[in-house]
Amino acid sequence: MDTQTTTETFSLAQELKPKRPYLTPFNVITAPVILLGVVLIVMRFALGLGSVTNLSQDFPWGLWIGFDVLVGIAFAGGSYVISFMYYILGKKVYHPIVRVTVLNGFLSYSFYAGALVLDLGRPWNAFNFLIGNEFGVASVMFMVAWHFFLYTLLLLVEFVPAIAEWIGARRLWRAVNWVNLVAVVLGITIALGHQSGVGGLFLLAKAKIHPLWYSPLIPLLFLVSSMFAGLCMVIFEGSITSRAFRARLSDEMGSTHDTIVISLAKVCTGIMAVYLVLKIFDLLRGNTWSLLSTPFGAWYLLEVIGFVVIPGALFFSGARKQSLSVIKTAAVMAMIGIFINRFNFVFIAYNWTEPVRYYPSWMEIVVTLTVIFTELWVYRWAINRMPVISERPRWARAHEHDRDNDNRSQAV
Amino acid sequence: MNRRTFLKTMGIGSGILLGARPRIIHASGPLPDSATVLVDTTRCIGCRLCEEACAQANSLPEPDLSDLTVFDRKRSTSETAFTVVNRYMAGDAEIHVKTQCMHCSDAACVSSCLVNALKKEKEGPISWHTNCMGCRYCMVACPFEMPKFEYHSAAPRIRKCTFCYATRLVNGQKPACVEACPMEALSFGTRSEMLQEAKGRIANAPGTYVNHIYGEHEVGGTSWLYLSAVPFDQIGFRTDLGTTPYPVLTKGYLKTVHGIDLIVPPVLFGLAYLSRRKRDND
Ligand code: SF4
Ligand code: SF4
Repeated sequence: MDTQTTTETFSLAQELKPKRPYLTPFNVITAPVILLGVVLIVMRFALGLGSVTNLSQDFPWGLWIGFDVLVGIAFAGGSYVISFMYYILGKKVYHPIVRVTVLNGFLSYSFYAGALVLDLGRPWNAFNFLIGNEFGVASVMFMVAWHFFLYTLLLLVEFVPAIAEWIGARRLWRAVNWVNLVAVVLGITIALGHQSGVGGLFLLAKAKIHPLWYSPLIPLLFLVSSMFAGLCMVIFEGSITSRAFRARLSDEMGSTHDTIVISLAKVCTGIMAVYLVLKIFDLLRGNTWSLLSTPFGAWYLLEVIGFVVIPGALFFSGARKQSLSVIKTAAVMAMIGIFINRFNFVFIAYNWTEPVRYYPSWMEIVVTLTVIFTELWVYRWAINRMPVISERPRWARAHEHDRDNDNRSQAV
Repeated sequence: MNRRTFLKTMGIGSGILLGARPRIIHASGPLPDSATVLVDTTRCIGCRLCEEACAQANSLPEPDLSDLTVFDRKRSTSETAFTVVNRYMAGDAEIHVKTQCMHCSDAACVSSCLVNALKKEKEGPISWHTNCMGCRYCMVACPFEMPKFEYHSAAPRIRKCTFCYATRLVNGQKPACVEACPMEALSFGTRSEMLQEAKGRIANAPGTYVNHIYGEHEVGGTSWLYLSAVPFDQIGFRTDLGTTPYPVLTKGYLKTVHGIDLIVPPVLFGLAYLSRRKRDND
């Protein structure tokens, strides 16, 4: 038995304990917000959605759907794109970040899609679509809900090896390992459905969404934008994680970070170019370009030029010049673009003729921050304990090496 | 109630009771014998007795009919008022328009609901049921903005005109508002009867009506039909909704997703196989 395993003996009580130091700036800022958020959530369930949100009959969806669900799910898109490039296309350069992206995806789905429950008026019925009370099969929402649910499970399956390595459960590890590719393939398939599906929801809002944004192509536009949104999140989150958890970084992770970011920038350039072409095609198809001279037209141009064209160009030049700072700027800008785009569908270009507008209440913002911060706490907890960005136990690495050798003879 | 409408009501009522109902619920195109109300805006005087009757029938707060300031601005229905009458000025003429859920033939709200909490009854009305999750997607979907939500309740419901389905229609009675109208601005019957009636009125009184029955074709047809003396966009109707039934807007997309779910997995397995073989050969 090698020494590594003996020193890694697992103790749950030990692992659940928070790590010192307690008074980090992150804790000091987030803990009070989370506490306040919990109070607001209790209030929301006791008194109804109207007690904390600015939602109205004209604006039934607001920040919680717009950010927690639409933006959150787009940002979680990295998990299916990276899985596709690594497992399906066999791009080995992404090996170090597969696990952290899957963890991110899993937590995003659990928290952001989970935050939907806060927004549901009748949350005790939240599982009706699963248990058949009843199946509204003609509804895009039904498809999206099922896909969310299944995808979260599949991401969990993809993440089980990390948990198994953490608690030293070799049998579980081996059992799960062989279903991994199946989980990956189904996961990608399902991601295509719901990433486009969150856009597909708005196909029914034809009478309400400004013609510059309403289009039969909404599902495709949501899908393509989720791809670069997800990768931007990977870049953004990677640069923070690699700084915040420097001590935990495996050698592989530390040494390949820059190469990975640059190759992601190239991929982003390509996807954003496709997205831009689709956007232009959509303008011509809908014959809506004459609306560009209206105030909403200016807002549309700001979104497309300011937060698609410019970050796309920055990705291109950042990748050529190998400049990480340019790439990170591009990622942040593209992410802002996703905020604007998704918010447009939910409340900015939605019911655009309505004179009384929706804007989120401070309480909605606090609850949203609570969701984000809680997710980050869990993320930090997992990163600090499980082999996600850190070195994996030797037995797992050795086993994986064997498996790759097996594959050589068996091919898949 | 005159003899004719009485018989008609009995006809529909007993039809409902005896189960002589159309079998297909999701038919393509409106069903000719679904329960329908024809609103003749040229007859409406804005007395709002329909609002009062609706409030009584649905146990909602009763409106103050003597308060004429309600006509100063356009009102929408709400979670506590399933129907409201608005006043429009067309030249010198005051035109009053009653609004409520249109009970669409192929409704957006029905196709939006992931748990079928909004259902089309066999006789035509759209009813809400308590298995609703409260996601409010129906509110996003409805082109007439009719589903309203109880934001200040811990157990909120989606509220809208019920067509008095469970309380009156199934007992062979007309909707409360139709019965309350002193001007016969509201008539109740089957859809084909109401269409025939509307066409007859247009033909018999040339110049009184614009030649358009709102709801005959809008969004694939509705169970509330309207006649007007002036173009409908002047009295608060959306005339840009088109005639495509709303469920059609998502049908093609949903089919695509089902296709993706079937086709993509084998393609991905194939690609994974190829990329591994390539790597092994390298
Ligand atoms: S008017 Fe709206 S709520 Fe009423 S049936 Fe049509 S889509 Fe449904
Ligand atoms: S709010 Fe209720 S009725 Fe409306 S779509 Fe959601 S589950 Fe269906």
